[in-house]
Amino acid sequence: MADGSVPQSATDHARSIPLDEIDVSHPELWRTDSHWPYFERLRREDPVHYCKDSLFGPYWSITRYNDIMAVDTNHQVFSSEAALGGIAIVDQGADLRLPMFIAMDPPKHDVQRKVVSPAVSPANLAVLEPMIRERAAKILDELPRGETFDWVDRVSIELTTQMLATLFDFPFEQRRKLTWWSDIATTIPAEGMLVETEEAKLAILMECLGAFTELWNERVNAPPQGDLISMMAHAEATRNMSPEEYLGNLILLIVGGNDTTRNSISGSVYALNKNPDQYAKLRANQELIPSMVSETIRWQTPLAHMRRTALEDIELSGKLIRKGDKVVMWYVSGNRDDTVIAEPDRYIIDRERPRQHMSFGYGIHRCVGNRLAELQLRVIWEEILKRFPVIEVMGEPERVPSPFVKGYLNLPVRIPA
Amino acid sequence: MPVITYVEHNGARHSLTLKPGVSLMQGAISHNVPGIDADCGGACACATCHIFVDAAWNDRLGEQGDIEASMLDFAEGVRETSRLACQITVSEALDGLVVHLPEAQH
Repeated sequence: MADGSVPQSATDHARSIPLDEIDVSHPELWRTDSHWPYFERLRREDPVHYCKDSLFGPYWSITRYNDIMAVDTNHQVFSSEAALGGIAIVDQGADLRLPMFIAMDPPKHDVQRKVVSPAVSPANLAVLEPMIRERAAKILDELPRGETFDWVDRVSIELTTQMLATLFDFPFEQRRKLTWWSDIATTIPAEGMLVETEEAKLAILMECLGAFTELWNERVNAPPQGDLISMMAHAEATRNMSPEEYLGNLILLIVGGNDTTRNSISGSVYALNKNPDQYAKLRANQELIPSMVSETIRWQTPLAHMRRTALEDIELSGKLIRKGDKVVMWYVSGNRDDTVIAEPDRYIIDRERPRQHMSFGYGIHRCVGNRLAELQLRVIWEEILKRFPVIEVMGEPERVPSPFVKGYLNLPVRIPA
Repeated sequence: MPVITYVEHNGARHSLTLKPGVSLMQGAISHNVPGIDADCGGACACATCHIFVDAAWNDRLGEQGDIEASMLDFAEGVRETSRLACQITVSEALDGLVVHLPEAQH
């Protein structure tokens, strides 16, 4: 498997369980990183798979690369609309339905997306790069030597949260609030989780809305600036958003700009440690950094899936999906489809076509910030390789118990003194 | 066989003899022309094979489809002459075509 760490019991179970009982959405499979053999079996035996009962209700799993591509590019039939449940396997609840452009269909999606996309245009990225480099250097220079520390907290969260604070022009010293709201927004409330009830989650997200409403009021009365809040406050398509819609789009930008790059940065350190030959190859040839970045994003797949809702009956690979059904595109599985990607379970930083992966999605909802994500990963690695011959992973990370955000709660590492 | 010229944003020219039937994207990728990413491999799903084609060629290029138009809608620096290279098939009628590449694929 991915890193050879899937317990044999999970592999045995995945092979022996009756097909119709396979439910790849259970958070425990994600916490323990043992979903891989179930997807392997589905890709082989039942690539378009119906699960009639799960924590998230009945849903279809789309597990092969080409089928996922077919769903992702057919937005006329496969809707992202929040009112139908939105874009994740967990339905947007009736009490907390936050419109955001990722969870809209055209034409509204199109005009709102275009408001924010200049923030991540090539021209703006060229402006951001020296700043990202300076910050990356500072973060790395302050790391301890010869002692174990948490890479997620000290580097991955720090770099991406600083970036996000800049994009919003959010008060810099309060930037960890962005991380907090991001984590809350993607938490499925349950006992022992960051929030235990929908009400508690809503209360925290209202704090987020309050803070951002102050910023909106400030910016709407000032001349237009290049930050995302000012862009939304001044654009025709977004200036009259309801508070729910504003919060929805904020959550989208915070989560999109935070969790995903954070977990890919952590994933790069983890993957290179699991594959020391690849780490050696990278050190020997730093021109491989961009392709290592793409390979990491494929290997990590920081968002395991996106969800759609069928607007009409449609056949896919011999299965009849009914109008109203929940359809989950498992990018994490498409990225391991060996009919499209050679030796997909291996982490190969100089593979032939490293950009051919599904982690950014395809079609009109394809990740708007993908180039910024790649830029942050590239720059942090250019700066890492200037400084440290090696970053050693000292133990297994704890993983997020979620079928949506595929990432790490922590990653103990050490930089030799 | 038709000759197609790709001009990079920095002015570098690549004149390629291509087999009819391949797409302008495939032609560029198989000859390692820099500046075309083609992340989705030709599914008209990522808009990273964005090119500019002089309007004089419009009749010979084939119509822009709805999906191509919607993907181009989100590409960077789109102009009247923007197309996706994966959606244009090389034919004898395109002999002598010159296409220009944008500063970056996004």
